[in-house]
Amino acid sequence: MAQKWEDTAFKAPMARARGLGSVHSGLHHWMHQKITALANIPLVLWGVWSAMTLAATGADLYTIRGFFAQPVNAILMVLFLGSVFYHMALGLQVVIEDYVHCEKAKPLMLIGVKLLSLVLFVAAAFSVLKLSI
Amino acid sequence: MSLSSRPLSPHLQIWKWSMNMALSIFHRASGVALSVGSLMLVWMLVAAANGSESYACFRDFATSIFGQICLFGWTGALFFHLCSGTRHLLMDTGRLLTIPQAEKAGVIIFVVAASLTLGVWGCVKFFY
Repeated sequence: MAQKWEDTAFKAPMARARGLGSVHSGLHHWMHQKITALANIPLVLWGVWSAMTLAATGADLYTIRGFFAQPVNAILMVLFLGSVFYHMALGLQVVIEDYVHCEKAKPLMLIGVKLLSLVLFVAAAFSVLKLSI
Repeated sequence: MSLSSRPLSPHLQIWKWSMNMALSIFHRASGVALSVGSLMLVWMLVAAANGSESYACFRDFATSIFGQICLFGWTGALFFHLCSGTRHLLMDTGRLLTIPQAEKAGVIIFVVAASLTLGVWGCVKFFY
């Protein structure tokens, strides 16, 4: 069993008082980043192929509707959006944690990224469902 | 606690560029660029669901010179992030961890990503 950081003698009293140190959620974050990365490979290849075929036919609204009218395309697109936006939220979180050092802006930006990713996913996924029926 | 007065570790302008460093930086930069670019995908889907007028507005932007440059850059960032991300997944299994392998993987990633980008755009422009 892994020893918790709080239990070690290496932690300075000030760090203990401030509550600094690992929050033990890193592995969960890392695994989700990797699982969505794995899922993204086939989904992105499908997405690029679909975008190519749509673009090659002019990508008018009639073609787009026809594309999403096929359930397999609508399903794959919603899966693509879910995997990609979750992957994006996790990635941007790390970027913010690395570069934003203002303790007021950081939590706001972290919350903002999570909410924005969710908004983008819901807006895009709902649009796909509307186009598909 | 004053942040500005604290000593900083050497950053981008100090280190000599290496393949490892370039791959890491471009992986992150392309990820951020793709996040911004995802707005265009959402715009397309929402506009298409909204009706022909909204969609025509998106299509005008996407087919404009600026829109095409955005899409081309987005395609490049996508393929780079895809190839580089695949390298990361391979590294997670304990492979490709030495410096010579990183140098080689970097060249392959840049060449494959550029080829796929140009290939996709070549195909679309040829068939359209």
